[in-house]
Amino acid sequence: MTQPEFPKGRTMSAPLFRRAVAVAAAAGVAGLSLAACSTKNDDDGSSSSGGKVTITVDCQPVASQKELLANWNADVDAFQKENPNIEIKSVSVGTQCNNPPDFTARLQGGTTTDVFYGYMTDLQQVLDSGQVMDITEYVNSTTVPTWDSVDAGAKATFTDGGKVYGIPTKNYSMGLVYNKNLFQQAGLDVKNPPKTWAEVREAAKKISALGNGIAGYSEYSAGNTGGWHFTAELYALGGQMVTEDGKKADFNNAMGKQVLQTLKDMRFTDNSVGQKQLLQWPDLLTNAGAGKVGMFVGAPDATTAIVTQFQGKYQDWAMGPMPGQDGPAKATLGGGEGYFFKKGLSKEEVEAGLKWLAYQKLTPGKGQFDYVRAKPQNNPVGLPQPQLFTVGSAAYGQELEQRKANANVTVEDFAAFENNPVPVKVEPPNAQAVYAVLDAAMSAVLTDSKANIDQLLKTAEEKVNQVLATGGTGS
Amino acid sequence: MATITAHGKPAEVSGSRPRPPARRPGRRKRQLQNNLTGYAFLVGAVVCFAVFSWYPMIRGIIMSFQRTRRGETTWVGWDNYERIINDPSFWTAWKNTFYFTALALILGYAVPFLVAILLNEFRHAKGYLRILVYLPVMLPPASALFLFKYYAYDPSDAGLFNAILNFFHLPTSEWMQSTTMTMPAMVIASTWMNMGAAVLIYLAALQNIPGELYEAAEMDGAGIWRRIWNVTIPQTKLILSLMAMLQIVATMQLFIEPLILANGAGTQDSATSVAYLIYQHGFFQNDLNGAAALGVIMLIVLAGFSFVYVRLTAQQD
Repeated sequence: MTQPEFPKGRTMSAPLFRRAVAVAAAAGVAGLSLAACSTKNDDDGSSSSGGKVTITVDCQPVASQKELLANWNADVDAFQKENPNIEIKSVSVGTQCNNPPDFTARLQGGTTTDVFYGYMTDLQQVLDSGQVMDITEYVNSTTVPTWDSVDAGAKATFTDGGKVYGIPTKNYSMGLVYNKNLFQQAGLDVKNPPKTWAEVREAAKKISALGNGIAGYSEYSAGNTGGWHFTAELYALGGQMVTEDGKKADFNNAMGKQVLQTLKDMRFTDNSVGQKQLLQWPDLLTNAGAGKVGMFVGAPDATTAIVTQFQGKYQDWAMGPMPGQDGPAKATLGGGEGYFFKKGLSKEEVEAGLKWLAYQKLTPGKGQFDYVRAKPQNNPVGLPQPQLFTVGSAAYGQELEQRKANANVTVEDFAAFENNPVPVKVEPPNAQAVYAVLDAAMSAVLTDSKANIDQLLKTAEEKVNQVLATGGTGS
Repeated sequence: MATITAHGKPAEVSGSRPRPPARRPGRRKRQLQNNLTGYAFLVGAVVCFAVFSWYPMIRGIIMSFQRTRRGETTWVGWDNYERIINDPSFWTAWKNTFYFTALALILGYAVPFLVAILLNEFRHAKGYLRILVYLPVMLPPASALFLFKYYAYDPSDAGLFNAILNFFHLPTSEWMQSTTMTMPAMVIASTWMNMGAAVLIYLAALQNIPGELYEAAEMDGAGIWRRIWNVTIPQTKLILSLMAMLQIVATMQLFIEPLILANGAGTQDSATSVAYLIYQHGFFQNDLNGAAALGVIMLIVLAGFSFVYVRLTAQQD
């Protein structure tokens, strides 16, 4: 073997090596930089000079969502024609308008649009960032004509200390989403979905018996979504995640055990939830879109996602109310979305933003409620939610009438959900930190046949108590 | 008597008239002009480091002692550190990270060195083999990990690894769904992804070893293992120790593997790493200050490793 010769003393010296290593170690702390790389930037393109008000608004559909994007752009054109002194600059932030890491980065970096999308549960984070504006004095039935009809519960989620910080534009509550095709194939009654967890178990066994990699029931257990669903299922049994004062965990009891035991039995006794676990939102919906999921806990808009993002079909899906222990669920987890206003906007800009939201999000027959336009498209009309307007209000009546007249999904498929309302309960304090803890318990019962539920709950309780005792972390 | 300096310029003659002070700035100016190109090259690197490394690092340290609520930032002393140390996943994350680092040192450190030795022995197709080994490095890490997630680590018998194990009638695994296999599975994927770069560095070091050392060893009757032990390893000691240190620093920042392979924390927190915990706090739990505190703790730990390395290698010198 011939080796090329190098003159002595020309290779890197030991001290130089050491220095290189030290620099590499110092430069390598990506995590530190990750947390610190946030800077505020106020240059966002908004203006209100020369009589014309320009505002930036996010959550414009992405190019792949052709029909939704065309609808949005048509709404912008129509709105600007009606309001020649307002210009809407649309910004797309992805198909999931609030992917939490992206949303946090925009918020902390001060790069949100003037009017920016967020979840109802984002209020605390948005307030802490100091990026949001108190719009109480601007919101009324003049700026938002249907404001008095908007559901008080939805409004409350964007209100803090009597001050309004956002406008709700969608709401949801969870139920049992199921695949009608698989129900039929398994000999189940499509019009009579399971109402208790025992019935869910039985139905799941029959559906999974179809084989071909089909899970009778599917469940999340990773990326904080496991804890999210544990919460929903605990609420259904009448439980709560934390005590009324919000200081202690309150799920280490018979109800918490029941949630985990049912899932563990379905996984290892019935073998009805599939072998692949550690699922998150896109994993489960991908399987659902492929026709491999019989049932899962979700909101009506999950079917929209299955169709628009995961190649499913509306006609395959139906929904029942959230199952309970021995009868109807005691409560179900609810949430929703809306828009915040960036701090520092002028009166004219806020009013322009409100006018746009009123037009596109809160007027029956317009924007998201333009059912005549949506009917021939691949967008669902006839789903029971969002139900933004108070029952009995004028806006509620108009929206309901137009929704029924233009339905392109089979309304009866969602009747069991709509006709059996379950009290809605909101997320616990420090929701994401609590969910992260409960992911461990959910993943354990779905992957480990020897998982000790008592121990899992005890550990989770201690951890959640730790989270709550240290002041939590915010959201 | 005029003497010539190392730079070839005449030095001051002893006892001659002192140089007028006015001439000094001119000399400095000339020196500055002479070195201008060097400074110009330096500016880019310094600015990049300052903006993208040093500033975020200093900002992170400051943030770790602050708390921002309702847009108001206040100094809170050690509160963030106290909260982050009391985080339910704090010790699990450190335990997992050290475990990954240790496993990676066994597998991810030894394998590339052995592959480099093997490649170095080939007389033909050396270039092709190097490209082959380096190819995985060219794949975006996310793509490589998705390949492992969906094809290699499928928990059913359809998974690539389970199919191989089945073929040899060996027990299969649920891979990422098993608390015991999560870490080894992440190390295997990580080694496969990153091995190429290490192999090339080792190859370069191996080719620096004078051929006569091997010839002398062979004449003394040394076999392959003896030659590796007595010639290859001592001759590449410096690069081996550098790579060990770099690997520790890199593996301690374990992030993308748990994020993609284990969807974050994995089964029962078995994949939670320190960097993933930083991500959780910073981007999911509205706790950038806690994330910054954990980042500083990580910096201190890595600086500790670095210090130990410097001391150990200094003693060896």
